[in-house]
Amino acid sequence: MARTPTTHDPFNAVAEPKRRQVLEALGVQELSVNEIVELLGWTQPMVSKHLGVLKQVGLVEERRVGRQRMYRVNAEKLKPIFDWVTPFEQFWNERFDRLDNVLRQIKKEN
Amino acid sequence: MSAKNKTNITAEPNKQEIFITREFDAPRELVYKAHIDPKLFVQWVGPHGYEMILESFEPVSGGKYRYVHKNKEGSEFGFHGTFHTMTEELMIQTFEFEGYAGHVSMDFMTLEELPNNRTKATIHSIFQSVADRDGIIQAGMEKGLSEGYERLDEILAKMK
Repeated sequence: MARTPTTHDPFNAVAEPKRRQVLEALGVQELSVNEIVELLGWTQPMVSKHLGVLKQVGLVEERRVGRQRMYRVNAEKLKPIFDWVTPFEQFWNERFDRLDNVLRQIKKEN
Repeated sequence: MSAKNKTNITAEPNKQEIFITREFDAPRELVYKAHIDPKLFVQWVGPHGYEMILESFEPVSGGKYRYVHKNKEGSEFGFHGTFHTMTEELMIQTFEFEGYAGHVSMDFMTLEELPNNRTKATIHSIFQSVADRDGIIQAGMEKGLSEGYERLDEILAKMK
């Protein structure tokens, strides 16, 4: 199945790990560009670049508060993306949780 | 330190690969042991609700493996492959689901020692086609495998 360019396709937009970090930060609370810069420790142009892509595909919404622009995730748009990888991620999470238990057990024995 | 070790999965569109990373609160030696000791291996690889039958298991370079997941209805799902390289730092193996024979993926797994006796595992899986890769993410694995943490509770109860 062919994919459209990053700037149109939410799936492509979240494929980039840095943009996922931005989404994760915004998942907790609404933030300004400066707050994201501070939180992630990136440069401002880098944050703006990734925010721009996320905004274009509709994954992030922007609103003005006084002189500031505040950003938050658009949960509705994000959901299908999470639904796609979630079962696979869950499979691995469960497997690794079981591995954690095995490791805890043999750590005691050693 | 984070309270819970998080599984990170990266599957970029139009690519034939998946990256999975996860940290463990155990030294590398033990994480490796859990991958090569058959008694330990069967405790965590099989999904919940399935009996895990380890038919052959030769976790050395050049060895082979085959295991079967059997559900309560008696349906069996077989998997096999060969171990190409098996060391504490790097494990390379092939993986084939017998219900989709002929489609073989290759797994490269590195175990990296972290401070405080922790270990970071990185799995790089490479598939024959983008469709194969997407298929494994979308379908195959998830059916019936999402029962949550019941299995965890069972093992914990046994340890007490």
